[in-house]
Amino acid sequence: MKELRLMKGNEALAEAAIRAGADAYFGYPITPQSEVIEYLMMENPADRTGMQVLQAESEVAAINMVYGAAGCGKRAMTSSSSPGISLKMEGISYLAGAELPCLVVNVVRAGPGLGTIQPSQSDYFQAVKGGGHGDYKMIVLAPATVQESVDYVKLGFDLAFKYRTPVMILSDGIIGQMMEKVELFEQQPRLTEAPDWATVGKKPGRDSVIVTSLQLQSEEQEKVNLRLQAKYREIEKNEIMYETHQCDDAEYLMVAFGSCARISRKAMEMAREKGIKVGLFRPQTLYPYPYEALNKLADKVKGVLCVEMNAGQMVEDVRLAVNGKTRVEHFGRFGGMIPSPEEILNALEQKIIGG
Amino acid sequence: MTEEIIIAGFGGQGVLSMGQILCYSGVMQGKEVSWMPSYGPEMRGGTANCTAIISDDAISSPVLTKYDTAIVLNQPSLDKFESSVKPGGLLIYEENGMTRKPQRKDINIFSIAAYDESVKMNNTKVFNMIVIGGFLKVRPILELENVIKGLKKVLPERYHHLVPLNEDAIHKGMGIIKQEHTIE
Repeated sequence: MKELRLMKGNEALAEAAIRAGADAYFGYPITPQSEVIEYLMMENPADRTGMQVLQAESEVAAINMVYGAAGCGKRAMTSSSSPGISLKMEGISYLAGAELPCLVVNVVRAGPGLGTIQPSQSDYFQAVKGGGHGDYKMIVLAPATVQESVDYVKLGFDLAFKYRTPVMILSDGIIGQMMEKVELFEQQPRLTEAPDWATVGKKPGRDSVIVTSLQLQSEEQEKVNLRLQAKYREIEKNEIMYETHQCDDAEYLMVAFGSCARISRKAMEMAREKGIKVGLFRPQTLYPYPYEALNKLADKVKGVLCVEMNAGQMVEDVRLAVNGKTRVEHFGRFGGMIPSPEEILNALEQKIIGG
Repeated sequence: MTEEIIIAGFGGQGVLSMGQILCYSGVMQGKEVSWMPSYGPEMRGGTANCTAIISDDAISSPVLTKYDTAIVLNQPSLDKFESSVKPGGLLIYEENGMTRKPQRKDINIFSIAAYDESVKMNNTKVFNMIVIGGFLKVRPILELENVIKGLKKVLPERYHHLVPLNEDAIHKGMGIIKQEHTIE
């Protein structure tokens, strides 16, 4: 039976991990994401499903534990916030190279460096353009509600296993800390059989399996890269998700993801009350990015405002999508400052309508 | 109906749980709700605040700069949020410890001596429930039975024997809240 609860984004995400049939969580506390590991420790899912929860000695250890568990075909995840995610980047590149599925959650706070614990979206480039080394991509899901934080855990594990690739949920301090009504999905069974690529020992009748991201022969390494690229083209064809609000009659368009899309929606409502016909485009997947859908919308509008809690990151993809069809401007607050709906409306009027 | 509320005070006054109780009560009444706390260093000793939104419709932004209602429980919170109440909105303040009165003339202002009342009840922990009672008297947006249901969701089961005490505190708050200023 489905249950309705009032939950914090971080706690709801942790509960969703248990229900999604995760086998293991490895993490290390950091604000504003610590409720994920706190909830899992309190809930002790070993008693409910057998899921293992461990506080590692560091973020680096946690991501490598994920690599080990994923190599055995297990549904493994980790979570952290920006500085901790930077530490995990080497591991994520190895997971991508070894074609291992996993779920990584980044509850973003403002940087660079230790920065501040307040919310931000300044890890867009790191998540979407590849924060680790090498030609790899990571599916990036951007929840804007507590409900999506729950739903994307299940979706994230499914996509990770479908494509044998790391998936990231790019949350932030607002989505992680806020409480909303949430409908929890039913408990999913944990995987019982190891996939054929998993390193679970060479039993009679089972081929030997090697999980590695190392290929010293360039001819072989190129084949690995071609296989990865083919996989990424498939992901780009199949997995794009986005949402539009009041775009049908829109003369102007705002583009925003995650918590900024929520604040922009309020700004859109205020603009509509003033008679300004503005719509909102919200990418739910940041990789693969909904370039085509945004390109089509650009035909109909006089200008596009990209709203972000950073100094201008997603705006580069918005410009690629719009491809010069209309003007694109950026409005951002950063360093942990949250834009107000009034500020966003003002930016729309100054930079796009009056500009 | 949409009620956008900021609740602010010292850490330990029950500011965050007040917002949670209102939101859970809203869930019990079939409303859309959103609760967003301050989680910065100010929580460790300074002022704490939370935004609670209760609405018939889907809620867009969980963070706001203008509010229908501000409930302020100490002087720094009054200083910070008096100007954030929408014209025609509502300000409720705790009398105890305030060194100046609110100045706005374009909003409805109420005071509540919740701390003194909680001392009379021999339990200062019900302070925040007294304030909730006062708020619901002025803005009856939630049925009392749903508030009790919401309270039971927020309180761990081992404290459910305290529900009648909290209900009593809500009634006390409804009785003691006083209007200080009415918009002409």
